[in-house]
Amino acid sequence: MGKFDTKKLLPLVGPLLLYAVWEFALDSKAIKPVLLPPPMDTLQYLWGSITSGAVNKDLLATILRTVYAFVIATVIGVPLGIALGSSVNLYRSVEFLVDFFRSTPSSALIPLFLLIFGITDTNKVAIAAFAAVLVIIFNSAYGVMNAKKTRVMAAITMGIPRRFIFKDVLLMESLPQTFVGLRGGISMALVIVIVAEMFIGSENGLGHRIIDAQQVFNVKEMYSSILITGALGYVMNLAFLMLERHLIHWSGKA
Amino acid sequence: MTTVLQLPAVAGTHVTIRGLHKSFAGVPLYQEFNLDIPRGKIISIFGPNGCGKSTLINMISGLTAIDSGEILFDGKSLKETDIGYVFQNYRDALFPWMSAWDNIAYPLKRRGLGADKVKARVRELADLFEIKFNLGLFPYELSGGQQQTVCIMRALATKPEILFLDEPFSALDFEMTLFIRAKLQEANLLAGVTMMIVSHDLEDAVFLADRILLLTRRPTRVAEFMHFDMPRPRAPEAVSAPEFIQTKSAALQIFQREMRS
Ligand SMILES: Nc1ncnc2c1ncn2[C@@H]1O[C@H](COP(=O)(O)OP(=O)(O)O)[C@@H](O)[C@H]1O
Ligand SMILES: [Mg+2]
Repeated sequence: MGKFDTKKLLPLVGPLLLYAVWEFALDSKAIKPVLLPPPMDTLQYLWGSITSGAVNKDLLATILRTVYAFVIATVIGVPLGIALGSSVNLYRSVEFLVDFFRSTPSSALIPLFLLIFGITDTNKVAIAAFAAVLVIIFNSAYGVMNAKKTRVMAAITMGIPRRFIFKDVLLMESLPQTFVGLRGGISMALVIVIVAEMFIGSENGLGHRIIDAQQVFNVKEMYSSILITGALGYVMNLAFLMLERHLIHWSGKA
Repeated sequence: MTTVLQLPAVAGTHVTIRGLHKSFAGVPLYQEFNLDIPRGKIISIFGPNGCGKSTLINMISGLTAIDSGEILFDGKSLKETDIGYVFQNYRDALFPWMSAWDNIAYPLKRRGLGADKVKARVRELADLFEIKFNLGLFPYELSGGQQQTVCIMRALATKPEILFLDEPFSALDFEMTLFIRAKLQEANLLAGVTMMIVSHDLEDAVFLADRILLLTRRPTRVAEFMHFDMPRPRAPEAVSAPEFIQTKSAALQIFQREMRS
């Protein structure tokens, strides 16, 4: 048995520091406990709502909306992005639109979507999908456009037919960047779903749970719901990173 | 404009270039360029930086469009001809999502060759190149020299008539350069494949060559198309043989004469 590497404990420093600052803010009476419950109480409450299953309905609703939005955005965004990326002229013609709406906070478009879809569940999914699809299109298109020219030239000198060069080389070349887009897209979808659940009349979802708790001043529930939302985003990102590392094993190495 | 009808190719010619014109941004690089490339020989291309060595082999191999002129392979067009190309930058040329083995097999599979034939051909190449590393590894798991070896094997997989190599040694260490020089000679002797090698190192250029194509500064002309008939296979020590030194210094003289003019 080798000596335990204390460096492995470094990632714990940040969370422990946060816990200490949180505790200190309360002990020193800088923040009132009605605004910020003690960390241990909050964690206990969090644990309670998970073990009792109280949070399940909201958690599931948020996950479902995010996944729906993400799947729709992927199915539309990846082929569209790849098509746009394979024709520089086509991409240049719509580049401004994609960039403009990508730079517009999608939450600013919620009123517009309300006019179109009304206060429905479809609306929440639609706007989240819209926000995610822009990120995905942009990245897939750039993945194709930035494909290594040498690899395409290598395939040309081998006498490979065009359609196979597209499928075997360009598409594969775009995958690492496409995955960056997918990861960004699912994060974006989650952000918009939470916002939509808060402000577009909703009976469930983590966003709804947070804003509900805030209105009745149930701060423990509010903070624990925020933590659960954070954990959800973190886990989604991590899952994607792991999938990426497995599928796109050459990313960053070649 | 010269065509092959007005200026027939000499006997034993593989690639005939007639009346070739190429400009970049209105500045001519090649004008009325004619050249006969002999069949089955190794041709080294040497010349000042930016004189159009890469552009020449890129035009012959179809990677760069020509402005006008004709390039024929035994009277055939490029479309009807199997070629191979080895790039200077092997990292960007191999497909990193495939193993080294699959990289070599790829052009064969895309030609519809059966699995058994593909396997046999890759094994043949692995024997020729005395491969001792695991071809199941991905390109990024291989050393630079191993990657370039895989590139050459892939380019030779389909048994092309002609192989183009653009500064294939420039990113390799000396040991690997010696190895690949030897293997290229072997492949040339074994399969009779014509090779056009761009080199920025005069010693590499002379060592491999049956013919040394010395180019001028742009607009580019043939300064000299030298012969070098030293018997093969040439061992690394060949570089100190009198005939080698003689040829190298003759080439150097022509090069310097062109740089002064
Ligand atoms: N795609 C291109 N666009 C513009 N100029 C080019 C292009 N490719 C090559 N050139 C120019 O043509 C000349 C010859 O280039 P190249 O064939 O790469 O030279 P060499 O390989 O002999 O060093 C250089 O002056 C280079 O700048
Ligand atoms: Mg060059």
